[in-house]
Amino acid sequence: MEITTISDGQARSPHLNPLEEQPANRLSPQAGKSLVIPRAGERESESLREIQVNEFEIYWQQLDCGFPRVGEVFADCMQDALVKLSGEGVSAYIEYARFLGKMGRGAEPILIFLEEWPGIARKSGEDALPAIAECIRRMYKSPNGKAITPFLQSLPSVVRRLPARQQLQEYLNLILDLMERTTGSIHGIHQTFASPGLPSLFKQIAVLLGQLSLAGLKNWVDYGVRYYNDHPERQIDYFSLQSADSRAVLQRERHGTLLMDNERKLDMYLRGLWQDEDLLIPYSSMFDELRQPVPYYDNLGIRLPDVYNDMNGVSGIDRYRATLAHMVGHRRWSTKIFADNFSPFQRMAAECLEDSRVEYLAMREYPGLRRLFLALHPAPAEDACDPERESGVRHRLTMLSRAILDPQHTYKNAHVIEFAQRFHALMQEGDMNTQEIASLAVSFVARTRRQSDQLARTHFKDTVVSYRDDNRQMWHFIEEDDEGEVADQHRKMEPGKEIEGLPPRHYPEWDYNNQSYRPDWVSVYENLHPKGNAADIDRLLVKHASLAKRLKKMLDLIKPQDKVRIRYQEEGSELDLDVALRSLIDFKGGSSPDPRINMSHKTSGRNIAVTVLLDLSESLNEKAAGSEQTILELSQEAVSLLAWAIEKLGDPFAIAGFHSNTRHDVRYMHIKGFSEKWDDEVKGRLAAMEASYSTRMGAAMRHASHYLEKQQADKKLMLILTDGEPADIDSKDGRILIEDARRAVAELDQEGIYAYCINLDPKADEYVKDIFGKQYTIIDKVADLPAKLPQLFISLTK
Amino acid sequence: MGGNMTDKDQYKIHQEPFYQAQGNEVTLYEAAYAARLPVMVKGPTGCGKSRFIEYMAWKLNKPLITVACNEDMTASDLVGRYLLDANGTRWLDGPLTTAARIGAICYLDEIVEARQDTTVVIHPLTDHRRTLPLDKKGELIQAHPDFQLVISYNPGYQSLLKDLKQSTKQRFTALDFDYPTSKLETEILSKETGMDADICAKLVKIGVAARNLKGHGLDEGVSTRLLVYAATLIKSGVEPRDACRMAMVRPITDDADIRDTLDHAIDAVFA
Repeated sequence: MEITTISDGQARSPHLNPLEEQPANRLSPQAGKSLVIPRAGERESESLREIQVNEFEIYWQQLDCGFPRVGEVFADCMQDALVKLSGEGVSAYIEYARFLGKMGRGAEPILIFLEEWPGIARKSGEDALPAIAECIRRMYKSPNGKAITPFLQSLPSVVRRLPARQQLQEYLNLILDLMERTTGSIHGIHQTFASPGLPSLFKQIAVLLGQLSLAGLKNWVDYGVRYYNDHPERQIDYFSLQSADSRAVLQRERHGTLLMDNERKLDMYLRGLWQDEDLLIPYSSMFDELRQPVPYYDNLGIRLPDVYNDMNGVSGIDRYRATLAHMVGHRRWSTKIFADNFSPFQRMAAECLEDSRVEYLAMREYPGLRRLFLALHPAPAEDACDPERESGVRHRLTMLSRAILDPQHTYKNAHVIEFAQRFHALMQEGDMNTQEIASLAVSFVARTRRQSDQLARTHFKDTVVSYRDDNRQMWHFIEEDDEGEVADQHRKMEPGKEIEGLPPRHYPEWDYNNQSYRPDWVSVYENLHPKGNAADIDRLLVKHASLAKRLKKMLDLIKPQDKVRIRYQEEGSELDLDVALRSLIDFKGGSSPDPRINMSHKTSGRNIAVTVLLDLSESLNEKAAGSEQTILELSQEAVSLLAWAIEKLGDPFAIAGFHSNTRHDVRYMHIKGFSEKWDDEVKGRLAAMEASYSTRMGAAMRHASHYLEKQQADKKLMLILTDGEPADIDSKDGRILIEDARRAVAELDQEGIYAYCINLDPKADEYVKDIFGKQYTIIDKVADLPAKLPQLFISLTK
Repeated sequence: MGGNMTDKDQYKIHQEPFYQAQGNEVTLYEAAYAARLPVMVKGPTGCGKSRFIEYMAWKLNKPLITVACNEDMTASDLVGRYLLDANGTRWLDGPLTTAARIGAICYLDEIVEARQDTTVVIHPLTDHRRTLPLDKKGELIQAHPDFQLVISYNPGYQSLLKDLKQSTKQRFTALDFDYPTSKLETEILSKETGMDADICAKLVKIGVAARNLKGHGLDEGVSTRLLVYAATLIKSGVEPRDACRMAMVRPITDDADIRDTLDHAIDAVFA
């Protein structure tokens, strides 16, 4: 709230303390009289105050409020309201405040309203009150009374982001909609439980509206309502931006240019234009409004904000480029100097001038950068900073930096002009180095020093150059140097200590109810399958020796035969003598000859990459019908034979198994990679195969496809061997995982991967067609699997 | 048949082609020619290999027969074949045979594009024998004393399939070419097109940016030839940025990210 002229003494005047005075005898004749226009003269201002005080008294009576805390601030608020509101507005203000006071929700709502409303009305118009009042009334009538206070508290920041009335109305509708959908009911009649997410949402709304458009906010809210309606704690996590998917959805809906989407372009920018390369690491710019992190670079890479919005007509991607150009400038032309000899101001000035120097050199390299820098560099007004009241160091330096960058600057400050000229003169002589820049900076600081520079309050407006980094690489610190190295060393991993498994990869999951993806929903952990005894697999192969012999015959038939002759060609590599003679005879005989007398050759190779994906869920441990062996053992035999067959054919292939224990833990077990040979190492892993947990098929397929799609082959085949439908213990709706798997098959198809399912579940007809279309086989007699699987593969790839 | 009647003059180069030497390649080539050693010129596309051979043929005043190789080319395309005519068949010399008969420099451009079985026919011409057997015709040609064989090959898109056999490689002396240094390339551009040096330097700068992306989505950088095209377009009045996009960016890539980066490079250079 704004505090204006009335001093504390008056604000606490006894008239206004409801505890000390009876409200009944308030409406005194003087009060009425005091509304007359004040007489002119030297005592005018004092009488005005008197009038106001009396006037407040009338309002106070109208307000009829017994909270002492309200009394304390009432005068200040009224003062503010009278300045900002119209006559009608003031009455409505008092009237509504009165309602809030009587609502039975304590002093908070009325206090916040009294303090904030005049400011809000200024921005969005006094006529916004009925809509807001209606919103509050609905909360009041529902079990959501507790949300009223946070709602009122969030209003000022909401109005700042959404100044148009129409936007505010949409926002209010959104809130009401959310409230209605999340307020719990029992037996569908009475709404009895308050919406868990609503108060959390109000606490985050400033952050959210800073990142999202209204439409984006609506999508984000919808997502939360949809997935967490029956889970109050998760809902709170979601709406208070605590959960991972909450942030992921937020990221998805954000406006601006994301670093993630443009990494490749920026890599190319670095490499192509600057012959530089480094890891680009995003940092979040979302949650820290007060201390915005600044780009920087160190040994580990270049840190950039995760998103840039367009600014002053410069697109987000160009802002990234400007930032990179600036940092590359430092990497090329800046040298470290010792910081210990400089005062903080001198260092600031040295950094600023060094920034200007590297930009000068960068622009000499690529003159087009000037447009970007000019648009992004702030141009602080010369008189913006009051040197008596605040420290103007930053202001002066930014002016100087602007003056160096922009030859058309309008600054009159003699020092700024002089040093800009000195800078350019020195740069013309030679490129200068960081040390020389530092001495120029020192003399600038010496010449422009003011007493007020020491003031705690620094002038910040228009002094932040968003594309510049924090210059941490510019300085050597004599004293801290040793420690720095030690700290870096700690990060390194102990030699010889291996990482256990890879960090999880997140995959989306398809929700058929809403026809949309849940982003980053599933975590897939990939690790090497533990090793067993390779000889077991060899024994299995020996056991099936007769089958192997039969297979070998089939394999020989489809083995690639390199050259194929194409006859009857008009243009070809060789004369086809038979045809040519026939033509010649025709020709001599007077009829028209066939001109297709040449032939050519074509190579026909097999070019197929295969991934065999094994379902290793608990159900595989069951005994197969009509067999002494478990399904797992039979699968093992079948896969061994298949692998043997594919190896014989020479096609590149990979084998992996998967099972899942909720969406947070999908295990993808690597058995054979494309580059590995079919050797004891791989056989050992296959021999140790075990089955447990459930079947989250979609995620496993997506993970397998990210390897398979990188294979260079004309045809890519993914064989999925499973014994049941996709299911997991955290999925109540069985349909969801089936639909997700179906979606995954469609995704594979788009990547040019042919998915084929070998299903061992005799009842699979019910779902397997939904997932794989026509691309499946059901093997009823599981005992036949070892024979069927390789044959199936051969016929698929013939 | 027709071999000896071939008009040598049609293969001569009468006007001096512009060639800016990058090093001592002219002297080296002259020495190789004096001993009639086969020469291989290596280097990325559009860096001036063909222009160099043309220039040397002019300088040595010898006819030049150029064959652009492709993967459908067969041995008979090089050596010659029988054609049918009204009275039966007629032999037609291929370019290699013609060159061997008249004493020309035979230049096989982009030799790796040709199939390996095709490449083998040049072997007897490249060693001490200097002969070319025409199996189908039953003739053995002794190469003319002025005959020399030159091949070019671009190691850039060397894949496993497209490489020269060792037995072929080891029959040649080799000259390595690369894009000229920025300064030299600027000179080449302005001499070739008559554009002023300032614009040429800018074009070269964009070219260098693109060459840095080789292997990161680009198979080949922007060639000197394309830079010349761009300069030519600018000279004929096209706006420099449009000319660069048309001549230097659009031809080499369909990758949106690369295009975007190079477009930005153009904007950054032509401010």
